[in-house]
Amino acid sequence: MNSWRTDGGGRIDRTRALSFSFDGRRFTGFEGDTLASALLANGVHLLGRSFKYHRPRGILGAGSEEPNALVRVVRDHSRATPNLRATQVELYDGLVAESQNRWPSLGFDLSAVNDILSPLFPAGFYYKTFMWPRRAWHAFYEPRIRAAAGLGRAPEGPDPDRYAQRFAHCDVLIVGAGAAGLAAALAAAASGARVILCDEQPEFGGSLLAEPSARIEGMPAADWVAAQRSALAARPNVTLLARTTAFGYFPHNLIGLSERLTDHAAAPSAGSLRERLWQVRAREVVLATGAIERPLVFPGNDRPGVMLASAGRTYLNRYGVRVGSRIVVVAGSDAAYAAALDLKAAGAEIVALADVRSAAGEAATAAAREASLPVSLRATVLGTSGRLRVSSVRLGTVTSGGAVEESSSVACDAVLMSGGYTPTVHLFSQSRGTLSWNAERNVFVPGKPAERTHAAGACRGIDALAAALADGAAVGSVAAAAAGFQGSTPAFEASAVEFGSAGAPGALAQPGPTPPAKAFVDFQNDVTTKDLALAAREGFRSIEHIKRYTTTGMATDQGKTSGMNALGVVADGFERSIPEVGLTTFRMPFTPVTFGVFAGYARCDLFDPVRTTPTHDWARGHGAVFEDVGLWKRARYFPKTGEDMHAAVARECRAVRTGCGLFDASTLGKIEVVGPDAVTFMNRLYVNNWSTLAVGKSRYGILLRDDGFVYDDGVVARLAEDRFHVTTTTGGAARVLGMMEDYLQTEWPDLKVWLTSTTEQWAVIAVQGPRAREVISPLVSDIDLSPGAMPHMSVGWGKICGAPLLLFRVSFTGELGFELNVPADYGRAVWEAVYSAGRSRDITPYGTEAMHVLRAEKGYIIVGQETDGTATPDDVGLSWAIGKAKPDFVGKRSLERPAMKAPGRKQLVGLLTEDPTVVLDEGAQLVESARQKVPMRMIGHVTSSYASAALGRSIALAMLAGGRARIGETLYVPMPGGDIAVKVTAPVFYDPEGVRLNG
Amino acid sequence: MLVIDCPYCGPRPELEFSYGGQAHIARPANPATVETSDWAAFLYLRSNTRGLHAERWRHVRGCARFFNALRDTTTDKFIATYRTGEPAPAIDSRGDR
Ligand SMILES: [Zn+2]
Repeated sequence: MNSWRTDGGGRIDRTRALSFSFDGRRFTGFEGDTLASALLANGVHLLGRSFKYHRPRGILGAGSEEPNALVRVVRDHSRATPNLRATQVELYDGLVAESQNRWPSLGFDLSAVNDILSPLFPAGFYYKTFMWPRRAWHAFYEPRIRAAAGLGRAPEGPDPDRYAQRFAHCDVLIVGAGAAGLAAALAAAASGARVILCDEQPEFGGSLLAEPSARIEGMPAADWVAAQRSALAARPNVTLLARTTAFGYFPHNLIGLSERLTDHAAAPSAGSLRERLWQVRAREVVLATGAIERPLVFPGNDRPGVMLASAGRTYLNRYGVRVGSRIVVVAGSDAAYAAALDLKAAGAEIVALADVRSAAGEAATAAAREASLPVSLRATVLGTSGRLRVSSVRLGTVTSGGAVEESSSVACDAVLMSGGYTPTVHLFSQSRGTLSWNAERNVFVPGKPAERTHAAGACRGIDALAAALADGAAVGSVAAAAAGFQGSTPAFEASAVEFGSAGAPGALAQPGPTPPAKAFVDFQNDVTTKDLALAAREGFRSIEHIKRYTTTGMATDQGKTSGMNALGVVADGFERSIPEVGLTTFRMPFTPVTFGVFAGYARCDLFDPVRTTPTHDWARGHGAVFEDVGLWKRARYFPKTGEDMHAAVARECRAVRTGCGLFDASTLGKIEVVGPDAVTFMNRLYVNNWSTLAVGKSRYGILLRDDGFVYDDGVVARLAEDRFHVTTTTGGAARVLGMMEDYLQTEWPDLKVWLTSTTEQWAVIAVQGPRAREVISPLVSDIDLSPGAMPHMSVGWGKICGAPLLLFRVSFTGELGFELNVPADYGRAVWEAVYSAGRSRDITPYGTEAMHVLRAEKGYIIVGQETDGTATPDDVGLSWAIGKAKPDFVGKRSLERPAMKAPGRKQLVGLLTEDPTVVLDEGAQLVESARQKVPMRMIGHVTSSYASAALGRSIALAMLAGGRARIGETLYVPMPGGDIAVKVTAPVFYDPEGVRLNG
Repeated sequence: MLVIDCPYCGPRPELEFSYGGQAHIARPANPATVETSDWAAFLYLRSNTRGLHAERWRHVRGCARFFNALRDTTTDKFIATYRTGEPAPAIDSRGDR
């Protein structure tokens, strides 16, 4: 077997062998390898199957640009990361990797039949093929397409790893630690600016790590990099982040960084962080993101063994791996010559150097002649063969007349290609900076920045080593100065053997007018020149439309290797220039980011804050079942042994109607409205007339928005002439305070009113039922509880068990009721005191479910349940609450609009099913007759529906068009199980005269 | 995430703020006398500006105050922030007064 590994050289440690497996086969690599370099060193080129056609695919690149070699790295059943680029996976001992997108095996994939059937999968095939029959989409097409296509599989178990998130500020953030980025960091750091330098690779140095000829300041470039890295690390004003991808550029110079901390380790220590999300707010950003080589576009350019020339060089110079022994080099750029020379010097045979241009650069030509490379000019590639790895290339010649003639077929085991370099402008484009066209090099480079952004080095087309270092240093100084730090610009002496990197995007010349089927432009999404031509033929002109129709550039690789070639092909087809065709916008993320790092700490118990009431632990101890109401945990019901929810709620309701119930209402929003203008403020805001509310009394208040629709409700007490205690719904507390502040600050800033949220300052204990007074009176002092002294809706200050007490006589159940407001710290003690005092009277704690049933029996609405943001007070039967004489209040003018008084508005009614055991579904629709064609005319909907213990049957509330005039009618609720007949009633089912709450 | 310069507290990250819609839409002093169509316009009609937009923000997780801002909707650049009740500064989108 051929040894693909060189005898020496590279940045791997040959003394540290690492064992790993790929698709179950065991291999050995070295410390410093990537999974890709280790596989290539073992002669493995076949790494995956393509997205659409399931074609065999290998390794195209050597870094984050890789579109093909996506693998799944498995540690255990919950630690399995799909879609990792093998070119970025650092090898560790025991690494287990799997190929993706193949069945049953990588070498024999049944779905590869898609490749033979490819004429059936043209551009836009999703839109065309699966339009009919419509219902087959969900049932048939989509599940099959999803199973056959798509990328890797997610892990099965929950993610056990830890992820951190942090914010950071700096003066200069530098993205990319290649030659330009390091020079920029050295310049900015010397000025005293706070610098963050990040790079996606484990080592700093970028392309210098694969440039053995490069020397800086008299030493090999890699040594210089290591020395500068140490110097920077020693500075207190510098933060260095390796293995850190700048994945997104957000407004106002916020950059998202994803730092990978343990994925490279064979055995991460337990509890260690896997990744950290950095949100860096930088005064100035320097992008030194380098450039990415373009593939050439020719038939069969996706076959395993066909690679970028830069990748071939990187595997040789950095990892000590020859990617082939008989190599065809296809040059669309002088950069290919460097790869040919290096590989030849390392012992590989260059069987052809096919230059697609009419001439190469002088330096490249001279070097090729000296090394006796078999160069042919005006060449093209007509095809490749080899089932799972390239075995030969058919070359052609373009005549001076432009005709293409086949010239030879060359046997080989690798093809290296270079179409020239594309500056990596993803982040600059994300920041909405405009790109400008460099016609000399046929590339887009950063133009006018939208943020405080500077570009340096190869990402703006400056890629000769000495020039890139000088540019980086100058830009680093400029950025530091812009952030307020002056320093001198360092100069670096450097040399390297370099050829040009310019090329021309587009496809290679082919015979005949029809574009070949398998010349791939976008490898990851399987988009060919034929697809792009089809999109143009079908009338697409905008590059944004062509992108979406063909999906080119829309894969996870964000078009790194495909974007410019697609533009070149489209521009050629339209006979327009590339800048005329224009460029699509790059989106974040630059490379995929884990969900874990975005979720960070916000998982499980820390997903959301939890709000609990003072009696929470007591309720838990008494078996309460809780429900989430916003962030609150509220006791829903208190089941006794053997009870289901239905039985528990029925028992709790009976207790309130016949004896005494105990309910925690602490979650109600509470706002104190205080000041000499408090009553004016309340009059302007709420519909009610507050001037007539005496101190020591309370009233049911309704708050509208200015559009006239009910926004919130709650009992409002007047504690003093200038002090109101306003309660809101549990969910509405924050937004009601926000609305109050809005009007106070922006419409009526002249009013002397102060607003304070007191929601969490008070525990609210509701004692409800005919025996409520008996239960609490032994505990309460300083308040006369007799009906004459403390009638319904009165409020008083006193003491309970020695604690301060603000007592409301109010009822949300229709029974005699009190709400004990005590400072929250006393809540649990008072609750327990009331509970023990009531034991002899069978006091029963009840939850939100019983509360809902009890209020529905009385026809009391819940804002957000009966109302939906389009209900007026009159719609829900509350126009009695409006202070009619007031000249204005928020929403009053809107209530005069014709539509708000139009007949046929939905109104609150009750519903009784013909069969009293049937409980309607909330949200069910009401129709006049069940004998209608679908879609039926819907005239209302059920808003609340319960089994009522007090009435011994089901009850429901509904919003019904013209509802109050339809009381007595029979309507229907059509349901999948049949039509349910209901009788329309008034919305108050229990004690309609309201005598009980005056007990 | 934007950086917003609260006129009371200084520059703070966007997550401390809530958006409050278009600025300088005063509630009519005497709504009862306002024509229905004008009232509907007050309630519902807002400009959809491409470029400089005067809008309300509230530093809700800070000083809790409302204030106004001029923001370029095409770039998300804040050209100015100013207190409620003050007129919008006469500024063009380049930030020149
Ligand atoms: Zn503030």
